[in-house]
Amino acid sequence: MADTKYSWPASHQAQLIGKRVDRLDGLVKSTGAAKYTYDLNLDKQLIVRALGCPFAHCRVVSVDTSEAEKVPGVVVVHLINAPKEDGPVEIQAQGTLIAAVAAETEAAAAEACAKLKVAYEELDVFVDDHDLAAAEAAKRTKAAGGGIELDEALGEPGDDDDESEWEDKMIQRLLVESKYVVEGRYGIDAITHCCLEPHGSTLQWEGNKLKVHLSTQNVSQCDDGFAAALGITADEVDVHCDYIGGGFGSKFQPNYWGIAAAEIAKKAGRPVKFMLTREQELQIAGNRPSGYIDVKLGADENGVVKVWDSHHWGTSGFNGSTVSVGTVPYVYKPKNIRRRATGVVTNNEPSVAWRAPNHPQACLLTQTAYDDLAAKMQADSFDIFLRNLENIDTPEKASVYAEEMRIAAELIQWRKYWHPHGKGHKRGSVVDGLGIGIHKWGGTANTSSCLLRIHPDGGVESYCGTQDLGTGTRTVCAMVVAETLGLPVDAVKVNIGSSTYPFSGASGGSTTVGAVSESHRRAAQDAIAQIFEKVAAKLDVPADQLEAIGGKIQAKGYGDKAMPWKQACSLIGIRPLEVTSNYQRGTASPLSNEGVAGVQMAHVAVDTDTGEVKIKRMVAVQDIGLIINRKTAESQVYGAMIMSIAAAIFEQRINDPKTGAFLNSELDAYRLPRLGDTGELVVHFHEPESERSRGVIGLGEPPAISGIAAISNAVCNATGVRVPTVPMTPKRVLDALRAAKANA
Amino acid sequence: MSEPTTDQFSRRAFFKGSGAVAAATMVSSEVAGQDVAASPNATRLIKGMTLKVNGKQYTIENVEARTTLLDVLRLRLNLTGAKPVSMDGSSGASTVLIDGRPAMASTTLAASVVGKEITTIEGLPANDAVPHAFVADDAQQCGFCTPGFVMAVRAFLNRHPEATDEQLRSGLNGNICRCGTYANIIRAAVSIVKGEQNG
Ligand code: FES
Repeated sequence: MADTKYSWPASHQAQLIGKRVDRLDGLVKSTGAAKYTYDLNLDKQLIVRALGCPFAHCRVVSVDTSEAEKVPGVVVVHLINAPKEDGPVEIQAQGTLIAAVAAETEAAAAEACAKLKVAYEELDVFVDDHDLAAAEAAKRTKAAGGGIELDEALGEPGDDDDESEWEDKMIQRLLVESKYVVEGRYGIDAITHCCLEPHGSTLQWEGNKLKVHLSTQNVSQCDDGFAAALGITADEVDVHCDYIGGGFGSKFQPNYWGIAAAEIAKKAGRPVKFMLTREQELQIAGNRPSGYIDVKLGADENGVVKVWDSHHWGTSGFNGSTVSVGTVPYVYKPKNIRRRATGVVTNNEPSVAWRAPNHPQACLLTQTAYDDLAAKMQADSFDIFLRNLENIDTPEKASVYAEEMRIAAELIQWRKYWHPHGKGHKRGSVVDGLGIGIHKWGGTANTSSCLLRIHPDGGVESYCGTQDLGTGTRTVCAMVVAETLGLPVDAVKVNIGSSTYPFSGASGGSTTVGAVSESHRRAAQDAIAQIFEKVAAKLDVPADQLEAIGGKIQAKGYGDKAMPWKQACSLIGIRPLEVTSNYQRGTASPLSNEGVAGVQMAHVAVDTDTGEVKIKRMVAVQDIGLIINRKTAESQVYGAMIMSIAAAIFEQRINDPKTGAFLNSELDAYRLPRLGDTGELVVHFHEPESERSRGVIGLGEPPAISGIAAISNAVCNATGVRVPTVPMTPKRVLDALRAAKANA
Repeated sequence: MSEPTTDQFSRRAFFKGSGAVAAATMVSSEVAGQDVAASPNATRLIKGMTLKVNGKQYTIENVEARTTLLDVLRLRLNLTGAKPVSMDGSSGASTVLIDGRPAMASTTLAASVVGKEITTIEGLPANDAVPHAFVADDAQQCGFCTPGFVMAVRAFLNRHPEATDEQLRSGLNGNICRCGTYANIIRAAVSIVKGEQNG
């Protein structure tokens, strides 16, 4: 296999790989000099504002633009979701854009939007995604799959048995025969991506060519989207994104407002800036589906779950799907499973990918029930989670989970602080608790190409159509090339963020660091091999005995036979050495891999008088193959843990049940954790040589999964009461405590 | 919260309640000496508005009275460090200093800060410790919230140069980071207090 010529340096030899390196664009960002899409001011640009539909479900009957057009400063009024010849347009989510106005100032555009006269015909609304009975009554459900898997040891149905009846009976029997049965309802509300830089573009036409600055995590492929919608070809569209203010899975497309921006710019003959407002960003620019579950599980005397029986539902908006049925139960996979999923059709924008699609919800819906088993047995949750590793869907990872659980327990001082559920010592109205969650992710490397150019004067530049979501992509590219060429990290001029550069896949699903590590290492190894050939003749050392290190090309082990980098590059000739590499996603490679485990634990304090949950300490233990930049990798994990805190305690989309209105679509009401809310966070990378030698694996998603379950479990451990649905707002905590008291 | 100034009046107040009349009075008094049309209409143009930003006087032609400081900074002066994240100021992303005190440019009318010293992130000295500490402790991911946080930290440390970890945790809650950089922001701020950063 040709790929075997590529490899990573051993850990004791690596100069940069695995070290803590400051991000190269750090100071540009922290001094405010970095220009995001929102920040670019093009000469003579117009500002676009759009009118969002106030109703969650309606028909747009007519749009009268005459008053809006009269507002001073207005240049173009553009219809987006307006009735056409074939009749009114149905709107299925509040905030859907009806029309947009381009004006000389933002205030004028906003004023004109307010003067658009739209006639709506209101339609029935349904948003109660958590209420399955109501959804069924309203005919708002869609079957979303399911099935039964039984342990082969149970045998086969008899010839006279109806197969599915027999299977159902088996599940019933297993539950009846179980030593411990847990029955529960759990849930996780929908949240929105809430990128701090809203979706949008600043763009202009140059003749027939469209130049788009787009806030996107998919630089290399959005040109196709613009081209297809505008009836031109992708070569006529250039997409640029030097910096993006958050994406989290929601910024893969030009979106219809991006297309509208291009159409408006064409009409006006001027550049436009069209960014969504904060409210629109929350209403229409991305949400993660909710998930709710009714589950019954049965376990043996050791707390090993033998049978799982669940029905879950939730909403992904008006297309009505839910958390993928195959992800529940999550990581843990008892031998006998009956599961069913139902999508609820609600008047909300369809969901889009969110960091680890399906996993955080599936994890919460599964591992809360497992923790309730521990509570029921008055057993240590750690032991129950550990014992059940005998039945997981990635059995080859069982020992990794066990080791990571052991490390995490040490870091959070599990033995010291553990108490059976609800049996903790109360200080006033405050009681502490511990919780655990475990997760998995793929994280394969995406397709990526890199053009590497080495100049005869020693200058090095790389080009790659990837982007930096905040991961530190530029720094990773530079580190990989610099390591390979034996140069300091700032010697490499990294160019990313343009569709005019060699193709690199979208940043989604933890695929970017793997992708650019593949393409940049390959290009750099190919290039240095060519330079070694030239240097070999001069130094009279075989090319395969040379190494690039410390700004020199030298004979391995003979420090005296060496040539400085600049001099070596002068041997290239008069034209630069150019190498293009190409890595195709899915190609087996010694440089990258997929499949990780991961464990998180939370130590919380709950005030049973106020219902407030505080994070004292959280620990993440994560295997991730080979780490490129330890510093930015840690940051990613911190961020993922904070997002878990957000989902566990703070954030939720709140729809008014009657009108469907998104009630908290501004940041003062859409609650996110603040700096003082996150407690102490501990990140530990589990990286024995057996993991490091696997190569690079994506890190964005895995640590964003099991923290939510860990926090829910910690609250249950503290209070002895399950707060069934996250976020665990003070009201929900108090409600759960009251209900438990009433039942007692 | 990061101690917003109390003497600013907000765009929200300008448009709400007794709105036009009260606001017009305030605008007139705040922009005395400027060429202000007599009409209380928010759209009336202030022909030449002089603002002192980062130590430099700028005269900006034809500014509508309703224009926020944030829009003037970003669209007229091309100072785009302060970010438009939440128009109600709840994210802190548009934090600037006005006469040394932190304020949200998104809820401050440009006309209300004529004659005051406005400092944006672009006006911090090149050796200011805060941006450098943010790099050293990697207190940023996408970076969109970062300028607002840098200014909030700068303002807080100006007042509390000896701030404890606990004070920092309760004093920097006016800003939001969606990527989750809080752990490293605390580290960066603590390292400045401890003098681990130069500048
Ligand atoms: S770094 Fe992205 S919002 Fe803070």
